[in-house]
Amino acid sequence: MNKPIRTLSVFCLLMFLALMANVTYLQYWRADSLNDDGRNRRAVDAAFSQPRGAILVGREPIASSEPSDDRYEYQRTYSQPLAYAHVTGWYNYFNAQSGACSSCQRRVEQTQDDLLSGEDDRLFVTRLVDLLSNEESAGGNVALTLDPDAQRAAFDGLREVLGPDGEGAVVALEPRTGKVLAMVSLPTFDPNRLASHDLSEVTAAGDELEDDPGQPLLNRAIQTTLPPGSTFKVVTAAAAIENGLYEAGDDVPGGPSFQLPQTTGDTGLIDNEGRDCGADRIPFAQSMENSCNTTFARMAIEVGADRMRDQAEAFGFNQQYFEDLLPQATARFPEEMNDPQTGQSGIGQFDVAATPLQMAMVVAGIANGGTVMKPYLVDEVQSPEFEQIDQTDPEALSEAVSASTANQLTDLLVSTVDNGTARPAAIPGVQVAGKTGTAQSGNPDVPPYAWFVSFAPADDPEVAVAVMIQKAPGVDRGEIAGGLLGGPIAKAIMEAVINK
Amino acid sequence: MSQATGNPLLGFVHRRRRGAELFLLVLALAVGIGAYAAVGIGVEGTVPADLVGYGGWLAALVIVAHLVVRATATYADPVLLPVVAALNGLGLAVIHRLDLTEDTGFAAQQLIWMTIGVGLFVATLLFLRDHRILTRFTYTSGLGAIVLLLLPMLPLIGNEVRGARIWIRLGPLGFQPGEVAKVLLVVAFAGYLVLHRDALALAGRRLLFVDLPRGRDLGPILGMWLISLGILVFQRDLGSSLLFFGLFLFMLYVATERAGWLVVGGGLFLGGALVAWQLFSHVQTRVNVWLDPFSYYGPGTNDTAFQPVEATFGMAWGGLLGRGFGGGDPGRVPFAESDFIMAAIGEELGLTGMMAVLLLYGLIVERALRAALISRDGFGKLLAAGLGGVFALQVFVVIGGVTGLIPLTGLTTPFLSYGGSSLVANWVIIALLLRVSDLARRPVPELATVEEAGGDDDTQVIRVAR
Repeated sequence: MNKPIRTLSVFCLLMFLALMANVTYLQYWRADSLNDDGRNRRAVDAAFSQPRGAILVGREPIASSEPSDDRYEYQRTYSQPLAYAHVTGWYNYFNAQSGACSSCQRRVEQTQDDLLSGEDDRLFVTRLVDLLSNEESAGGNVALTLDPDAQRAAFDGLREVLGPDGEGAVVALEPRTGKVLAMVSLPTFDPNRLASHDLSEVTAAGDELEDDPGQPLLNRAIQTTLPPGSTFKVVTAAAAIENGLYEAGDDVPGGPSFQLPQTTGDTGLIDNEGRDCGADRIPFAQSMENSCNTTFARMAIEVGADRMRDQAEAFGFNQQYFEDLLPQATARFPEEMNDPQTGQSGIGQFDVAATPLQMAMVVAGIANGGTVMKPYLVDEVQSPEFEQIDQTDPEALSEAVSASTANQLTDLLVSTVDNGTARPAAIPGVQVAGKTGTAQSGNPDVPPYAWFVSFAPADDPEVAVAVMIQKAPGVDRGEIAGGLLGGPIAKAIMEAVINK
Repeated sequence: MSQATGNPLLGFVHRRRRGAELFLLVLALAVGIGAYAAVGIGVEGTVPADLVGYGGWLAALVIVAHLVVRATATYADPVLLPVVAALNGLGLAVIHRLDLTEDTGFAAQQLIWMTIGVGLFVATLLFLRDHRILTRFTYTSGLGAIVLLLLPMLPLIGNEVRGARIWIRLGPLGFQPGEVAKVLLVVAFAGYLVLHRDALALAGRRLLFVDLPRGRDLGPILGMWLISLGILVFQRDLGSSLLFFGLFLFMLYVATERAGWLVVGGGLFLGGALVAWQLFSHVQTRVNVWLDPFSYYGPGTNDTAFQPVEATFGMAWGGLLGRGFGGGDPGRVPFAESDFIMAAIGEELGLTGMMAVLLLYGLIVERALRAALISRDGFGKLLAAGLGGVFALQVFVVIGGVTGLIPLTGLTTPFLSYGGSSLVANWVIIALLLRVSDLARRPVPELATVEEAGGDDDTQVIRVAR
């Protein structure tokens, strides 16, 4: 009977080997993906039972973990929830493990999750020390580039103009570095409700926000693309100067109206809504000051669709460049266009669509001598003891225009604030460069969108701003204009940064 | 069995090794008591107040077991008892750990059951001085096993728990008779097969390279197959059904040395499994959950896979080294203290702890099969091989189920799971194995005396095994 017993023992050996191999696969190779699974409550519970790092603006935490005495040890708390909601996002039972979810909305709480939760490799030494000294490990802190004064000015200014039901967004950048100094989107929401430990309340709040027609969860600063209207004329002017067609001192085409090539009748007729754009040739500065549609439509056709697209893409159109909040909507400049379409795109209509961030980058690039910096929101990461362990280095995205072109454009835009439509943004004693925009929505029932872009001081720019007003229910349709609505907001933000 | 003249092993005499057993037992106690202390420190932050009392009781049980082995089974395998003591101590600590967070009192009951188990272990060794005595109870055991298996089906005392009708309940006492039936079945099979194996082994005809048994010899295997199916159908107990039939096949194969039986049995098993899968929704559910557990987990599903998926998450959460006692959340897995205790070990002691436990189980099986190999009588061989095989099969079925290697079936994890019937039955199994190994390792009696004795036993012993 020994032979079958030996066979039996080989069979038993195989069974044990199979068990060992399987458990090794489960607990070693598959462990990471299982621990990242959003449904794994253990990982979530663990995350809630240790202090998570703070999100800092300046020296003040806008998101922090406070000791809590309910089912978890720490409660995530947002000190200025409404102003920073779209930046911080929220951290709760349902999205604590969204690292594995690529299509999810990812705000700083999610994009910096590794660091905030203390799992980041850069915190390895800290973790080791905690382990050896038997202390509770804590997450690192994330310091944002946001300027609290600029953010406050942006939030207050935009909310005042929009009213309770309005929709709009503001982005302010530091031209030299690409730091995001302010980012506000309205309507907003209270992340504290979504971070509650009462899961049914979280679900109710989440459903309410999802169903809100104003889409408060949408970060319009980076996720809404709208026709930029006349603010896009800056890009058209940049293309014309950069390609040697005109200089800032030259006369450019003008006129009260312009029939787009290959068109007849009203649909192809471009006018200036009553602004003075001369007869045929007018100074470049005047065309910018008065935002002459006829000038820039003709100019775009002269530049040509390809060179227009090259210029737009040099400023960041048709690209993804922002990594700290996801997903980012791509600003669009059309691939193929005929002449009338090119003419319309020259004044920011047709299929041109930009996010407020993109338009801020256009003016920031000009302010920075033609170099567009890659925008970023996370300035530095710190250990739990607030020691700096890493800082983001500014990075150039592209050379959009030459320094000389940038100077000429700056002059044109300063003149637009001093003498033209962008006057509401003027700051006494400071040279401000700016441009307004009012874009047709293309739908008679939807009021036009108002835009405003600017930077200051013009000779040594510290801040570039883009304001976008998608819907301002309290304002008459006729009064929706970039300068009137956006100018004061931009002015307040620029003052907040300059007067530091 | 290898007593052919000139065998170099003939002069070999096994050493008693009782001192080694004592040393290993001290290590095993360190595992059990250390784990208990670690649970207190990890979960509550202090060494448990009753550590001395608990440790003393555990030590006393183990020492008593050791002394009885020393007195009555001098030559018994020295590794089995320490391994079992370590497993049982670890199981108690893990159950205690779950008690602390789940606010239950299973560990204290388990310690009582362990005491009863050790008591039966001692009784078995004391009263069963030679395992061959059990051959007298072949049919009694078989009948007893069948009666025990039928008990849960009776009204009044039968009790259905989680869809499986495998419990009897007498007042406050719950009992799974299947665990005891397992031991009785091994005894019955061993006794039956040792008598009838020649007929089963030799008669038959050859068909396509395989020796097929005679039709009338198929009776026992068909009967066992039907019993297994009955357990599956009427008691809805997949695990036991698989276990009993697998056990029978193992022993039949060992007794007859004919692979043909494996073919017949394997075919019957596959056929039965296929029919069961087609006919019974609970079998289908188990298979579906095994194939794709995540489709049956979470909101929007019926959460059938809650238990296995939580166990999977828990074991992954444990990783290589585990979270440490108190560091994990093993209470998330329903019935973590019984069927899913391996998930709790995997979560808090990690892959390292799992491997250690698997190795301990492997050692038990290896020691059992070794006793079978060196046993000098056919009954002892069959008994040890059967007990080792059923042990290996049970470990494979339950741990394979918990870790997702095979579909989940309800079986207890030997010595670790909370559950009195299983613990007591397994202690008896170890006593039987020690008894077989004791007789096997004893020095061969003077040949003269054997020849003088010249009993029936010899005809079985002189089977030349190459």
